[in-house]
Amino acid sequence: MAGDVSPGRFASAMKDAVITTVIAAALFFFLVAYKTTLVTGIGLVLEQRWDRYLWLLVAVFVLRFSWLMLTGGRVRAPKSKVTITPRGDVMRYAGIALLLLGIALPFIITATAGRGQRLYLDLSILIMTYVMLGWGLNIVVGLAGLLDLGYVAFYAVGAYSFALLAQYTGLGFWACLPVAGILAGFWGMILGFPVLRLRGDYLAIVTLAFGEIIRVVLLNWYSFTNGPNGISNIPKPTLFGIDFGRGEGNFADVFGLDYSSSHRLIFLYYIIFILALVTNWVTMRLRRLPVGRAWEALREDEIACRSLGINTTNTKLTAFATGAMFGGFAGSFFATRQGFISPESFTFIESAIILAIVVLGGMGSQIGVVIASVVMIGGIEMLRNLDLLKSVLGDNFDPNQYRMLIFGLAMVVIMVWRPRGLISSRTPSIALKKRKRIGADMVAQGEGH
Amino acid sequence: MATAGWQDNPILTVEHLTMRFGGLVAVDDLGFDVGKGDITALIGPNGAGKTTVFNCITGFYKPTEGRITMRHGEGDHGGALTEATGKGLRFASSGPASVHLLERMPDFQISARARVARTFQNIRLFGGMTLLENLMVAQHKNLMVASGYTFAGLFGLPGYRRANRQAMELAKYWLETVGLIDRADDPAGDLPYGDQRRLEIARAMCTGPQLLCLDEPAAGLNPRESGELNDLLRQIRQDHKTSILLIEHDMGVVMEISDHIVVLDYGRKIADGTPEEVRTDPAVIAAYLGVEDEEVDDIDVIAADMPEVATRAEGKRDGGGA
Repeated sequence: MAGDVSPGRFASAMKDAVITTVIAAALFFFLVAYKTTLVTGIGLVLEQRWDRYLWLLVAVFVLRFSWLMLTGGRVRAPKSKVTITPRGDVMRYAGIALLLLGIALPFIITATAGRGQRLYLDLSILIMTYVMLGWGLNIVVGLAGLLDLGYVAFYAVGAYSFALLAQYTGLGFWACLPVAGILAGFWGMILGFPVLRLRGDYLAIVTLAFGEIIRVVLLNWYSFTNGPNGISNIPKPTLFGIDFGRGEGNFADVFGLDYSSSHRLIFLYYIIFILALVTNWVTMRLRRLPVGRAWEALREDEIACRSLGINTTNTKLTAFATGAMFGGFAGSFFATRQGFISPESFTFIESAIILAIVVLGGMGSQIGVVIASVVMIGGIEMLRNLDLLKSVLGDNFDPNQYRMLIFGLAMVVIMVWRPRGLISSRTPSIALKKRKRIGADMVAQGEGH
Repeated sequence: MATAGWQDNPILTVEHLTMRFGGLVAVDDLGFDVGKGDITALIGPNGAGKTTVFNCITGFYKPTEGRITMRHGEGDHGGALTEATGKGLRFASSGPASVHLLERMPDFQISARARVARTFQNIRLFGGMTLLENLMVAQHKNLMVASGYTFAGLFGLPGYRRANRQAMELAKYWLETVGLIDRADDPAGDLPYGDQRRLEIARAMCTGPQLLCLDEPAAGLNPRESGELNDLLRQIRQDHKTSILLIEHDMGVVMEISDHIVVLDYGRKIADGTPEEVRTDPAVIAAYLGVEDEEVDDIDVIAADMPEVATRAEGKRDGGGA
C-alpha cells in the first residue's frame, strides 16, 4: 500500500466502501441470499444461502476498500472525448487483410482444427451472416440515420419467402434468392409508407412493432406457414446443380475427393461470404451516388434536405427497401443453411443483436461491423465452452448461464469507453484533393438517438 | 428604373397570404411582388411574421389562405396563371412562360421544380459532411437523373461519370466564389460562423435557383463579413440573373443592396417601396422605434432626424460598394 495514506483518505474510503456494501446487500439479497429449488413431492421451496451472501458482501467491501486505498478513487476519465481517427490507409490495409483472411478462413480451419472443424466452420458461417445483416442494417441506421428496431422482420420475410417458395413450387435456392430479396425489399417499402411520417423514438417503436407483427403472423397463419411447427426440409444450395451429399454425381465424386461433410459447410461459407461482399460493395457504391449522399444528408439534417429539393420520403423508402433487401438475402441463406425455420428464430433479440453490432462497430463503419460481429457472435459462442472460467470458479460453473451477463457488461464497458462505437469516424464520399476522415463528434447520428 | 419596376415584371407574387396558428394570425392578408433580377428585402421588428412568410413561400408551412405565384420564362404569364388557378394545378405553362403555385407544392418540389432555394436563420449545413459533399447533395436532382435513379450509377456508366464531373466543377466554382476552396475537404461543422453562412448560400445556389430566399444572412457577421456578403449577393444577381429575397435586421445591409423593401409589422404590410421611400415612412419609423399610437405626433420630429441617418448610410454605401 502507498506510504502517503492520509487519515482523511482512509475515512472517505471506509465510508465509500460501506455505502457500496449496503447497495450490494440490497441488490444481492434476492439474487443470492435466496434460491428457489424444485423438490420432488413438495414443489418449489426457498433455499437460504446466507453464507454465500455474506462472503459476497465481504468480498465487495474488501475489494472496494482496497481499490480506493490503492488508487485514491481516481477513475481515469473515459476517453469518450478523444476520438481516435484511424488514418485512411490503415483502414484500407485492415480491410484488405480482413478480406484475405475471409477468403482463406475455411482452409485455415480445415487445416488446423482437425475434428473440431465443423464447429468452427459453423461459427464462421454464423458470424458472416451477422456481418451481412449488420452491413444491411448499417444502410438504414448508419447511413440514413433511421433507428430500426425491427430489422429481423425482413430477415424473416427472406427466410420464409424462400422456404415457402421451395415448399410450394419446388424451386431451388438460387432461383429463390433474388425473389426473397425483392419480397423483403417490397416489405421494407410497405413498412416504410406509414412509418416514415414518424420521427425519432416513434419510428423506433413502430419498427419494433412491425418486427413482432411479422413474427406473430408467421406463428398464427397455420394453414400457410405451418405456424410454430415451422417449415422443414428446405433444400440445400447446389453448385451449378451439383449436390453436396454422399454418393455418385455429387460434389466429392465429381471432383474426385473423399467425401467430407465439411465440403457443404465450406460451400455455405463462401455463399454467405460472397453475399456479404456484395452487400458491402453495393453499400460502398451507393455512398458515392446521389442517393447515398442524400441518405447521409438526411441523417445530418432532414429540413435542409427538403430545402434542397430532396424528396425525403422517397429517400427514406429507398434506404429502408435496400436494407430490407439485404436482410432478405441473408434470411434466405439462413433458411437454406438451417434446413428448418420457425418463427422462434426471428424474435426481437435478433433485431437487438444486429442493432448492437451496428452501434458497437460504429455507425456507418463497414469494418467496425465486422469487428463487432466477430466479438459479439464469436465471443459469445466462445464463452459457451470456456474451460478457463470453469477452472477458476469450480466445476459447477456453467458459462452458458452467465454469457448474457458478460455480454451486457461488455456492452456497458464499450459504451463508456467508446460511446460512438469502435470505429467512429466517417470517410467522405468524394474529395477534391485528399479524403480526410471526419471525427465522430462532427457527424450527426440521425433520428432516435 | 421606374418606382414600380417590381410590379412590371415580378418573378414572385404573393397575394392575400394569411397564416393562422390556432388563434394567432402570424401573417394577415399580405401581398407583395418580388421583381425579376431585384434584390428585395423583407424587414420588420421581431415577431412581425417575416420567417413565417418565408416558410410559406418555400413550402415549409402551408398557408391558411392566399396565392403564391412563381414565374419562369418571359412573356405573358396571365393565361397560365388563370389555367393553373382554375384547374387546381400546381403549375402550368403557355409557351416559354410558366407559373408555379407554391402554396400547392410540397417543399422539396418548390426547390426542385419551381427553383426557389432558401437558407435558414439558424444555419442548417450537413455538419459531418465535407464542404464539397454539401454542395454535391445540393445537386441531388440533376445527379439523380444522370445516375438513372441509381441503377446506371451503380455500374459507373459514362453518362453518370460525366454528370458527376460537371457537378464537381459547379461545386468548385461556388467554393471559389465564396472563398472556401481551400477547405473543400473539411467537414462543414468545422467552419467559423461567417464561412458557414457563405457556404449555405453557395449550397443554395448549387440547386440552380431563379429565386434565392435568404433568412437573415448577415446575422452574427462582423462588418467586414457583411461587406463581403453584400458583394457576394450583388455578384449572384449580376452573374446568375438570380433574384434575391432576403430577411434582414442589419439596416446597413438592407439599405445598401436592396432595390425594393417590404416592411411587415404584426403580420401586415406597413410599407412597400424603394429604400429611400421606406426610410422616411413614418409608419416604419414608428414600428421600429416602438412608438405608441398617441405619440404619433412625435414622428415628425424623428422624421426630421432621418435625413441625417440617410446621409450616413449613403456614405457607408460609397465606402463599401467599391
